[in-house]
Amino acid sequence: MTVNLSHKQRRALAYSIPVLSVLAALAIGAVMLVLLGANPIEGFAKMFIGAFGSVDALVSTTLKATPLLFVGVGIVIAFRANVINIGAEGQMVLGGLFATIAALYLPEMPSIIMIPVVLLAGVAGGALWGWIPGALKAYYQVNEILSTIMLNIVAVQLMNYLLRGPLIDPAEIERGTRIPQTERLAESADLPFLFGSDRLHIGPVLAVITAIAAYYLLWRTPLGYRLRAVGLSEHAARYAGIPVRRTIALALTLSGALAGLAGAVLVFGSESHRMVTDGSTTGFTGGAGFNGIVAALFGALHPIWTIPASFLFGGLLVGGQSLQRAVQVPSALIVALNGLVVVFVVAADRYRVKLLETDVRDLQILDEDAMTGGDKVSAMGSIHDRAPGGTGPFDEGGPP
Amino acid sequence: MRKRSITAIALIAVLGLIGAACSSSDSGGADFRIAIVAPSASNDLAFTQSIVDAVNTLDGVGEIAVTDGTFIVEDAAAAIRGYAAEGYDLVIAHGSQYGGSLQEIAPDFPDVSFAWGTSADTFGLDNVYSYEAASDQGGTVMGIMAAALSKNNNIGVVGPIEVGDAKLYVDGFEAGVLQQNPGATVNINYIDSFSDVALASEAAQSLISNGADVLTGTAQMVVGAVGVAKTKGVLWFGTQSNQTSLAPDIVVASQVYHWEVILKDIVDNVKKGKLGGEIYQINFANDGLVIEYNDAYDLPADVRKLGDDAVAKFKAQG
Amino acid sequence: MSEVFTTAVLVAVVASTIRLTVPLLLAALGETFGQRSGVLNLGVDGIMLLGAFTGYYVVLKTGNVWLGLLAGAIIGLALGVASAVIAVTLRAEQGISGIGIYLFGLGMSDLLFQKLVGTPIPIETFPPVRIPLLADIPFIGEMFFQHSAVIYLAFLAVPVSRFVITRTTFGMKIRAVGEYPEAADTLGVSVAGVRYATQMIGGTLAGIAGGVLAITLGIFQQNLTNGAGFIAIALVYFGAWRPIGVMAGSLLFGFVNALVLELKTLDVIPRDLSNLAAMAPAVITILALVFVARRFRAPSALTKPFARGT
Repeated sequence: MTVNLSHKQRRALAYSIPVLSVLAALAIGAVMLVLLGANPIEGFAKMFIGAFGSVDALVSTTLKATPLLFVGVGIVIAFRANVINIGAEGQMVLGGLFATIAALYLPEMPSIIMIPVVLLAGVAGGALWGWIPGALKAYYQVNEILSTIMLNIVAVQLMNYLLRGPLIDPAEIERGTRIPQTERLAESADLPFLFGSDRLHIGPVLAVITAIAAYYLLWRTPLGYRLRAVGLSEHAARYAGIPVRRTIALALTLSGALAGLAGAVLVFGSESHRMVTDGSTTGFTGGAGFNGIVAALFGALHPIWTIPASFLFGGLLVGGQSLQRAVQVPSALIVALNGLVVVFVVAADRYRVKLLETDVRDLQILDEDAMTGGDKVSAMGSIHDRAPGGTGPFDEGGPP
Repeated sequence: MRKRSITAIALIAVLGLIGAACSSSDSGGADFRIAIVAPSASNDLAFTQSIVDAVNTLDGVGEIAVTDGTFIVEDAAAAIRGYAAEGYDLVIAHGSQYGGSLQEIAPDFPDVSFAWGTSADTFGLDNVYSYEAASDQGGTVMGIMAAALSKNNNIGVVGPIEVGDAKLYVDGFEAGVLQQNPGATVNINYIDSFSDVALASEAAQSLISNGADVLTGTAQMVVGAVGVAKTKGVLWFGTQSNQTSLAPDIVVASQVYHWEVILKDIVDNVKKGKLGGEIYQINFANDGLVIEYNDAYDLPADVRKLGDDAVAKFKAQG
Repeated sequence: MSEVFTTAVLVAVVASTIRLTVPLLLAALGETFGQRSGVLNLGVDGIMLLGAFTGYYVVLKTGNVWLGLLAGAIIGLALGVASAVIAVTLRAEQGISGIGIYLFGLGMSDLLFQKLVGTPIPIETFPPVRIPLLADIPFIGEMFFQHSAVIYLAFLAVPVSRFVITRTTFGMKIRAVGEYPEAADTLGVSVAGVRYATQMIGGTLAGIAGGVLAITLGIFQQNLTNGAGFIAIALVYFGAWRPIGVMAGSLLFGFVNALVLELKTLDVIPRDLSNLAAMAPAVITILALVFVARRFRAPSALTKPFARGT
């Protein structure tokens, strides 16, 4: 890297690296389109127009970005405490289920009460599904990667059981069609629309508020301090008197809670205003449990930056679908492209971090109090910047 | 300079597009455009392939657009909305899980006709058709033949999740077996997944080790079970598409969906300006359901007669 | 209930367990090498899928199952190198790059299948190998000694992996790099070199695992693995990074799956509760770890990229 770049140039270059990586991935996509006999220029034009080219497209992109942002912010919180949460898919499902059950069984109430109640039910469902691996990790040393992968399997079976049994729309049994879905949920639980639109609901606004709240939580509250301290060094945190185990469990619980909220918003903001399953987790979540992790990285593992990152990534997904419709390539291509984009962005991330690190050094912020200074680095960088000598997830509480 | 060449390329692309659009509308004067949104791959030898094949046989249709593999319900909703907005004449939502979304989308596009299956509900909307398959009829016919062919009086079924079309077929099959041989054992193994091929294969192993000498199964993951039946020399009855090609030695017959029978009606109606409001069903009476026998399998004449008689009975019912 | 516990049922469940275990075991052993050296590869499922498609396609074209398996292995090796470039050279965040590799494999294998093959066409499968004498033992023979050669080889890979990791110089380097990369580096061990090697082993085994799956089933389909790669990763944690433990975890997961299937066939599990029973493999795996674990520690440098001099 050239040393002669100015502070501003370096910063600009750093922020353009994810964009350049996306373009590089799309270039490979262009080659694949040509091989499939499709016109890549037409395809990418349709992709851009489909994602950002009209009010309708922007609405679609915003709606697609909403679960990514909820999940992404949750991922940021967990990452800050040095916990990897790959269980958001299952947590979204549980959030959706809890919210659905609340809407089905609660008495009719005015929207102003109903909506917060059902959304909180979703939060509770996701929090439960995050607390389980959190507690298992904190108190039984069960690694969270293992438990979340397994809990995703449990979640999908639970969803299928409930939707084809106890929660199924009675009309489906009457007709004999047995589609595994609930009846249309109470209208009082419909998310209100914004700006007179008939699709753009308040979900995106809630997601943005959540992101800002997470920022406040992480950097302005004692709890946030504890989460980050545990993430930087468990040993140091323990010496500082922080209850490390409880904090780890809490990190996964919070992360799950936000994924659960994403699930609830998916149900009440969906076209069908009901919960329906095709038998798979992704059929409900749209893969947001995984893509939210990517959005969090796009956003440099910072809650505020995750907002535009989710929007752009949502645009990529929505645009991919219009590309598929326009040039009629198999939708499998879009999945492969999604993967390439993730790989390219994450692989180039090191250069972005490097540029920003130099930047920070120039500004001599590192001289500040160790905790805050370190934060500024990691706030903009990725979790690579964690203090060297950080301990493995299993270091804590082993047998004497 | 670079900008200009990009503009030029874009212009050529646009012109090419217009050209392509014109040429397709010239072919046979058919400018009727159909879009299909379906959950699995269009060559899955099962549910999705049945509709794509059917639409491709229709006359008087111009452009056909397919968005397959759309098992994510909200993405399917987006595709349905997208095709409707792009002015397709008929948008087919080929998945019962899409219905709830379609109910909300269809009223926004009163000039577009939608067809939704498999289901028996048009939500009282006059621009939605619904279609379903009486797959229990074919199930019954094949169950009767399976019972007649089984020497152990033990028949196995590999199912996905006990819902929708799969449940209808399996229930019909079980009824057919018991109608032919009330003393027969029907073991039904729902593996609780539409996609786990390995588990479907093990389910077949388990059914065979428990004495089954005739098997059937439904949904796209049964390709794994057909493989096991082939290795073990156990007979197989297929459904949704003709599965003979998977194992020519042991596939006895397949219940095949011919959606074109009803799609013809739907397209004609739409052309006349009637955009929906009717519920269609494919069954033996309207030749939408057909039992396709495997010529390579030497089916005893008396069993074939049992099958034909059962079909005739359903045809007579109408 | 009495008919449930017959020898025939036991034989069927054991044989089924072994078949369900093998793809998980191979992929998990490969991932064990990677994690012992400090690299988490979440993309195993994607590599398995591309290995499965490649294996399937080569068998379809040549009719030779071993050539197919080799092709799956080669693709796996190539993707292992790619994973290493991303995780080791470019020091990418491993949890996330793996998701990218998974999505790429998921989409690409499906795309290639649709374009090169079209509808599912059955292929040759591995011939069963009856181990002389042993295969003729009543019950035991049918349970353990009438499988295909790849199944024996997969289980043979367990002691081999254990030997390599615990008894060879290369294994010592793997462990050193996974625990104390800085120290290993000071002692002249190439941290990057060792991690490249483990990623290549992991990729190859994942490719083979996919190939074994496709060629055993004799078919390919979109998302053939159905998440097996992710389960394999979980099983590495279950096995506490030890080949024997990984095998125990794979067998447990496979056994519970096989048992649930058998109980469904026998109608012991009512159909209404079928989904709840399908949770059992996942729940029991977690519970087993709650009661057994605690004694083991992850490689200290797991998921931590290494850069000399920082």
